[in-house]
Amino acid sequence: MSDVYIIGAGIHKFGRTEERSGRDQGVFAVREALKDADLEWSDIQFAAGGSHAAGNADIMLSDLGLTSIPFTNVFNGCATGGSALATAKSAIAAGECDIALAVGFDKHPRGAFNADPKNYGLPNWYGQTGMMMTTQFFALKIQRYMQLHNISRQTLGKVAEKSFRNGEKADHAWRRTPIDLDTIMNSQMINDPLTKYMFCAPAEGGVALVLANEKKVRELGADAVKIASVAIRSRPPGSFEVYQPTIDIVNDGKPTILASKAAYEQAGIGPEDIDVAQLQDTEAGAEIMHMAENGICKDGEQEKWISEGRTELIGSLPINTDGGCIACGEPIGATGLRQVYENVTQLRGRAGARQVANKPKTAYSHVYGAPGLSGITILEV
Amino acid sequence: MSSQLQPIAPKLWTEGPEPQLLGAKDTNGKILFPIPDGEIADSLEIIKLSRTGTLWSYTQQAFKPKPPYDGPEEFEPFLVGFIELPNEIIVESHIVETSLEQLKLGMPMELVITAFDEARSMFAFKPVK
Repeated sequence: MSDVYIIGAGIHKFGRTEERSGRDQGVFAVREALKDADLEWSDIQFAAGGSHAAGNADIMLSDLGLTSIPFTNVFNGCATGGSALATAKSAIAAGECDIALAVGFDKHPRGAFNADPKNYGLPNWYGQTGMMMTTQFFALKIQRYMQLHNISRQTLGKVAEKSFRNGEKADHAWRRTPIDLDTIMNSQMINDPLTKYMFCAPAEGGVALVLANEKKVRELGADAVKIASVAIRSRPPGSFEVYQPTIDIVNDGKPTILASKAAYEQAGIGPEDIDVAQLQDTEAGAEIMHMAENGICKDGEQEKWISEGRTELIGSLPINTDGGCIACGEPIGATGLRQVYENVTQLRGRAGARQVANKPKTAYSHVYGAPGLSGITILEV
Repeated sequence: MSSQLQPIAPKLWTEGPEPQLLGAKDTNGKILFPIPDGEIADSLEIIKLSRTGTLWSYTQQAFKPKPPYDGPEEFEPFLVGFIELPNEIIVESHIVETSLEQLKLGMPMELVITAFDEARSMFAFKPVK
């Protein structure tokens, strides 16, 4: 298998763009990625992409050009972006093409996500009684975690405070105004212990990445970032996942732990080698728990890590450097690729005011979503 | 109180003064709740789950969920959590007859049938007094 590189990255601003459909935001991101790679649409030989709620990606060909390339639509929940990236990478690694595209976009209405129990193999009463709620799941998971591992409410607030502070420095972020700790802690309680400003909100956005093999990287003299590994795992038995009315007594693990181990193994490195990380932060508690699930620290050490500022832009392992989902919002099909976009930008040293201080050589990204799946991408320069 | 009310779904719990949730045991001894629909049901043994357990986690639902939530028009925040039924399964449930401040991991809980709205009943757990 030959190495695969990212040679172009484009993004459409996250948040709300009323006048532009989700797919048009995807088209915008593709054009930005092509410009960044100094390529034309006709140079793309294979594409994979999709959205959760904004339609099929291959319709984009009408706007981008009817070049007759194979275009695989991906519909894989929160792992849509990661699966598109994995598909495009495989096509190049298998020698089917030299240059490929991965794209993800979405557009969701305001307010919490609501889902139809039938689509998740669940009985109607579970939805009718108000228990099929993503926000509740994260609150239930962090409530238990905080009591078992001595994480304070203040630490939840500090994570959100960092997100807004980093978001202010990211052009593509939605929430670009810092919010102080007191305001975060005292904002409306959504699901105890999580307040309004600790949560991300459903949003819109689009991201595209241009991938190439080593031969093309050399030919083009591209500013390339190597994809060291991509791993996606679905839930094992006994895990506690979103949209799940029961949990087995025997707890056997989590999809994030499995995907993380596979990604480190493929890349031949460990968590101690990572310089910058983007972790799924559906809310502040998720960032804290995902630090441990991804091997970055042990359960309970987050309290110390965060009080010492180790995850800040100037810390030893900056996390969610563009403000993550909390500052960028959550367009399901685009989030996974936003994280990769941010890591590409950091590794190329082009992140401007939010550029991390430790001259990163390796970058890690992690998405998580219903009904219990995780996707990890590790990049290197 | 609940005698006039219709259960929100059939085959979730037993009737009577000491109700129990109805679960199923598969051929490997794994316990399931609720009882699954469809062909798989033929290979399952129906069992009554423990009336009591311990609190595994909890939160409060402070805002009115979007549909498919189908609760009373006038929304009142409610408590929800997971109850660990010893050696059986951990079940998500509404929590009643207490307040958020009184809840703690590991506290003993017991099953009650409660009103979901004016017409329907629902299972819930409450702290053991």
